[in-house]
Amino acid sequence: MEVPDQPLPVATFEDLAMPLFDQLYNFARWLAQDTAEAEDLVQETYAKALRGFSSFQPGTNFRAWMYRILRNSFLSSRTGLKVMVALDGEADESLLPPESNTPESILIGQADRETVQQALADLAVPFREILLLCEVEEMSYQEIAETLAIPMGTVMSRLFRARKALRDLLRKKNEGGRHGV
Amino acid sequence: MACEQWRGKLDAYLDGELDPGEARTLGTHLQGCAACAADALERVQMKRAVHMAGNRYAATSALRSRIAKSIATKPRRESRGLWWILAVPAVLILILSVMVNLYVGRDATRRQRFYSELADLHVAALASTTPVDIVSSDRHTVKPWFQGKIPFSFNLPELQGTEFTLLGGRVTYLAQTPGAHLIYQIRRHEVSVFIFQDRGEETASPASGPMHTLSFNVENWTQNGLRYFVVGDVGADDIQALSKLLRDAG
Repeated sequence: MEVPDQPLPVATFEDLAMPLFDQLYNFARWLAQDTAEAEDLVQETYAKALRGFSSFQPGTNFRAWMYRILRNSFLSSRTGLKVMVALDGEADESLLPPESNTPESILIGQADRETVQQALADLAVPFREILLLCEVEEMSYQEIAETLAIPMGTVMSRLFRARKALRDLLRKKNEGGRHGV
Repeated sequence: MACEQWRGKLDAYLDGELDPGEARTLGTHLQGCAACAADALERVQMKRAVHMAGNRYAATSALRSRIAKSIATKPRRESRGLWWILAVPAVLILILSVMVNLYVGRDATRRQRFYSELADLHVAALASTTPVDIVSSDRHTVKPWFQGKIPFSFNLPELQGTEFTLLGGRVTYLAQTPGAHLIYQIRRHEVSVFIFQDRGEETASPASGPMHTLSFNVENWTQNGLRYFVVGDVGADDIQALSKLLRDAG
């Protein structure tokens, strides 16, 4: 979803930043997987953003800027340093293989909310965050690229891999559920 | 284009990232290809499922207010501080100006009322069939006529060599105070001169000058315990000239 450029000449930091509060917290909580840590992350994000607001360029994407600050804060946190793993070779995946369509994959698409939440939590953080930015925050590829500080091509390939990883997880959960019954 | 190639673009299509031309072509393909349409449906379901599942965590109101408070302070305090720096003198100025306006307004209203009464006396006398009770151009006749009728005496000027003529005089009352009302003529215009004992309050500080609302010019002054008012529809120069004659005589 294309988001109009947020900053207006008269808008204060508070005017721009507070509407993002709920979504930023949700994103932080998904990244940190811990309530207290997520709260600290959001607080730190707002404090850093307020300090840096004078250097924020009006006309650029404020939301992407805030998410980037939050993400960088997370990456430099103890949890972030542990969970953020390098994704080898993703930039080379310019030609993406087509996904197969089976009755099973349709079933996976209809997985219940709790199962999807569990699968998202189990995903590697780089996959989890890019899926959240795309599907929950409904950011455009350009915004995602700005937020994650990666090229557009990498956004597309990482999204593809993240979706595939989620499907695989859901498939496993689906199979495990069926076997368990 | 083969289905395999289209499927490689399905994600971008469903994310709204395909350019409009390609999106139209892919849309048309989906209408005629059941396999690709089923694939698209599955992806849409996944997108929806992640969207629903991803909106999971809600922050506490305590965190929200803590953050709102922490970021509301800086920009607003500055503006609030500035506001008060400007507002305090502004309020003081406003209060003072209101007070001054009230005072001046009250004073102006009182002065206006006072002059209106003088103008009324002037006009009423001229409209009367007997504008003056003592008809005389001789100041030595007019002045003694007032003796015993008013509680003070005054001097009248010699008008020889001037354009002014004394028509006569009458006793008048203003604010329950008796006074002398003299009528002079200049070039077919009548000018009234009122003389009262100076009692301070009632006749205090009426300014001289034109009474625009009544189309009269007025001059007033205090001299030897008497307050003089010269009222007429002639020019200010004539009013001042007559005033000077009266001052010199007084």
